Amino acid sequence: MIDLQTIEVGTELPTLVLPAISRTTLALFGGASGDHNPIHLDIDVARSAGLDDVFAQGMLSMAYLGRLLTGWVPQDRIRSFEVRFAAITPLYAVPTCSARVAAVDDVDGERRATLELAVTLADGSVTLTGGAVVVVD
Amino acid sequence: MAVSATAVGVVLAASTAVIERGRLRFFAEAIGETDPVYSDLDAALAAGHPDLPAPPTFLFGLKLDGPDPFGWMTDLGVDMRFVLHGSQRFEYHRAVFAGDEVTFSPRISDVYDKRGGALEFLTLETAVNRGDELVANLTETIVVRHPELEPAR
Repeated sequence: MIDLQTIEVGTELPTLVLPAISRTTLALFGGASGDHNPIHLDIDVARSAGLDDVFAQGMLSMAYLGRLLTGWVPQDRIRSFEVRFAAITPLYAVPTCSARVAAVDDVDGERRATLELAVTLADGSVTLTGGAVVVVD
Repeated sequence: MAVSATAVGVVLAASTAVIERGRLRFFAEAIGETDPVYSDLDAALAAGHPDLPAPPTFLFGLKLDGPDPFGWMTDLGVDMRFVLHGSQRFEYHRAVFAGDEVTFSPRISDVYDKRGGALEFLTLETAVNRGDELVANLTETIVVRHPELEPAR
């Protein structure tokens, strides 16, 4: 656990390495999250759109980043959380979530850290970039 | 078919959903969450929560619980097979827990295109309330691909 009192610009959170994305991962997340878009679940639909196969829901990777954040601070310290989906996550990919402190500011009587977030695959491609603002003191 | 710019400002139908414990446990399992606060009621209570908390991105999917969650897009002529999620933002005002009933009030706030119309962008802003309390604001960008308009390579 990182001591929240000692974080500074450049501090990196421990990374979160996920298991490889399987079809079961996508089916469970589709049902649990409520996103039933078949492009993530049904290879026939994916092929009809010119794709080779289904691909992961972007919100699955954002949920993994959420785990990284709540593994670090209690959830009620998160003020905002945003991502840009830069590339699709194919089947069998192994995502790694990372975060780095980009700024520490005093806002509205709170000490807040601005985090830079990323999800990277084993081949080095970046699928998500984003940021979060969390209260550290 | 291109989405008309007149869609900007359109207020979509509000929807209401109850956050259920079983759904939260299923969500925790699906994302591999191992912190018991998100699946074990006793652990949540011991952490000072009134019930299981909804994790940071949960409200996005709960919003899709209505009978025709993508109807607002298909009504605009969007082929769902060519839709990508471009970006997503959450602003948090209050924590929400199992047993809470929340209301989603979405509004189309922007429509624009890039690459000569080959990519269209729709921005949806959704306020989430629990009774009179604003608990979160969600902002999403949806990308609609039009492969037939892509320049030949």
